[in-house]
Amino acid sequence: MAQLIRRAAALNKSLPAASFAARGLATASTSSITVETSLPFTGHNIDPPSRSVETSPQELLTFFRDMALMRRMEIAADSLYKAKLIRGFCHLYDGQEAVCVGMEAAINRKDCIITAYRDHCIFLGRGGTLLEAFAELMGRKDGCSKGKGGSMHFYKKEGGFYGGHGIVGAQVPLGCGLAFAQKYSKDESVTFAMYGDGAANQGQLFEALNMAALWDLPAILVCENNHYGMGTAEWRAAKSPAYYKRGDYVPGLKVDGMDALAVKQACKFAKEHALKNGPIILEMDTYRYHGHSMSDPGSTYRTRDEISGVRQERDPIERIRKLVLAHDLATEKELKDTEKEVRKEVDEAIAQAKESPMPDPSELFSNVYAKGLGTESFGADRKEVRTVLP
Amino acid sequence: MAASFGVSSAAAANAVKSPALSPPSLPVIRSEARPISCRVNKSRKAGKITTKAVAAQAENPASAASKPGHEVLLFEALREGLEEEMERDPRVCIFGEDVGHYGGSYKVSKGLADKYGDLRVLDTPIAENSFIGMAVGAAMTGLRPVVEGMNMGFLLLAFNQISDNCGMLHYTSGGQFTIPTVIRGPGGVGRQLGAEHSQRLESYFQSIPGIQMVACSTPYNAKGLMKAAIRSENPVVLFEHVLLYNLKERIPDEEYVVSLEEAEMVRPGEHVTILTYSRMRYHVMQAAKTLVNKGYDPEVIDIRSLKPFDLYTIGNSIKKTHKVLIVEECMRTGGIGASLTAAINENFNDYLDAPIVCLSSQDVPTPYAGTLEEVTVVQPGQIVTAVEQLCR
Repeated sequence: MAQLIRRAAALNKSLPAASFAARGLATASTSSITVETSLPFTGHNIDPPSRSVETSPQELLTFFRDMALMRRMEIAADSLYKAKLIRGFCHLYDGQEAVCVGMEAAINRKDCIITAYRDHCIFLGRGGTLLEAFAELMGRKDGCSKGKGGSMHFYKKEGGFYGGHGIVGAQVPLGCGLAFAQKYSKDESVTFAMYGDGAANQGQLFEALNMAALWDLPAILVCENNHYGMGTAEWRAAKSPAYYKRGDYVPGLKVDGMDALAVKQACKFAKEHALKNGPIILEMDTYRYHGHSMSDPGSTYRTRDEISGVRQERDPIERIRKLVLAHDLATEKELKDTEKEVRKEVDEAIAQAKESPMPDPSELFSNVYAKGLGTESFGADRKEVRTVLP
Repeated sequence: MAASFGVSSAAAANAVKSPALSPPSLPVIRSEARPISCRVNKSRKAGKITTKAVAAQAENPASAASKPGHEVLLFEALREGLEEEMERDPRVCIFGEDVGHYGGSYKVSKGLADKYGDLRVLDTPIAENSFIGMAVGAAMTGLRPVVEGMNMGFLLLAFNQISDNCGMLHYTSGGQFTIPTVIRGPGGVGRQLGAEHSQRLESYFQSIPGIQMVACSTPYNAKGLMKAAIRSENPVVLFEHVLLYNLKERIPDEEYVVSLEEAEMVRPGEHVTILTYSRMRYHVMQAAKTLVNKGYDPEVIDIRSLKPFDLYTIGNSIKKTHKVLIVEECMRTGGIGASLTAAINENFNDYLDAPIVCLSSQDVPTPYAGTLEEVTVVQPGQIVTAVEQLCR
């Protein structure tokens, strides 16, 4: 949250005061604007929230900047991957930024988020820095996981971000565990356990859902439905692609995941519900422009027309840009300047990350075990302390 | 209860203790009589600290202390350990099938749900994969779940959660999260339980980086290991054995914790080092009686720590006897014995007078028929023969 406010403040500083007055914005930047979401919400076993969302100029400008930053980061990661600075698997989130940004606007840092491997932008939303992200992607020691996790293992404990998981669906029971701990400690916060349309067919998801419903855990399961489980379209993998209905006894809500305000409304609604009544499923109808990962061109199972169609009609950043311009919150040029600034920020972070050294060889053995009661593992002669692998 | 379990606090990467609880105030008993921490326990009766508290057959550890101790069965010892830790630390909770209202299928958690409530002693549905995942998630925020697999074999369903999330999260998060879970349950070959209920999961789990594995064999070390495992910041898998739950022993009244990485000297000797763990310890001790009558002097070590091995204690023994016999319940292929053989060969090759002999179970699914099942595992007669051949 602090980072978003800082960025918003920076943004406000860059816009000359005169331009605000010139456009007759007598109201302060926290004045309220009511916007209708693009589509109504569809509920399953629940009354959906209203389509009218309260927002403010500051929030919209923050949305724009944050999403532009995330988009820029992902595109930059694409180039870095092609330049072989990022290796292994790299799953990019561009197109889905609205889910992450809308969610952050509805919650605080005590709430937990856990997701799968498409985690770069969510990491940023939770307070991660660009440097930590790029350094981790390049395997440097300034990365958020000291270079030992990689693209699929971003974590931010202080920000309530629990990763970053490579095995499809395995993070959902973990998410229920986080919700269990929140219930145990009675701290009035919720957990958002995110997964994709591919993971929605995992058995452990239903096991976790059963337990969450049984014990009224404050867990919100968020299905980021980008319609493709790697190369398999949702209708080829699921008998019932209405993922928000799959909870059966657990209520669900279908949300337009390309509309940040709709996401914000849904998450706020879900948080209130989860604190009182237990789990709820949110299905975010979203889309990814890139392929599943950098090794997937993304065009063998869908047409380029489809991709460009979505980009033209539903792009989340464009939607916010139109809103901002329609409500006269900034000019075209100012928004373009923001994008340039954001690009510069990303480039600087990459340059800094490139300077960061590789992890020290001794890091190979650190953090395998944590020191605790009596856990000192010795070698055969007890002279050197090292973990002994049999 | 503590207000938060680390979600909002900017805890350091290796935060070991919550601010509300003081550092461990117990001596950790080491078999060479060297306690790790010497702070005297304030919360319980401050009796004399038993430093030389090894559960050797001949020696009664409690006789060294002022109190005589009390007799317990092994499952009661486990329960005592669990209860003491739950009393001491409100973050300790139990997950498992039938652990709550039913009291545990082997009565290890009997009475605890009545005392601590349904949330703290949680009856889970039959969903190993996800309730172990839940335990890991809860542990990431600072809770300390003790998860029971009703039979260790069922944990195969949760292999991904144990391996990737339990074992590896501390590493892949660069040290941000510790996963202080304890995964425990009965395993091993029982009395005609059938192939699927007679598995030895220690062979499968031993390669998982980041977990510790211990196997208890007496009420004394069961309680000590349970307590140590709960207090450890690392995920610990505690292997119990189906046939050992009704063993009776006198254990100290004072609080004690046993070291997780130490092997136990069961019977000092000069002629041969016999390394064993869990139920096979009793087969070995039975064979030892016969061997002593025949004039041999075997040194029996219960390795207890299956990962990492206590190569120090094992090494010292090998340097004395120069001959090693490993008796295990795992199957011949890929078991603990196989890894131990490799580790000993690598580290102590110069001290060996003869190749290491490893007696393991047969590489077969455990049959139901009693006569066949008996032959699947190592019997005392085979151990006697092996020692005689080794010491020729």
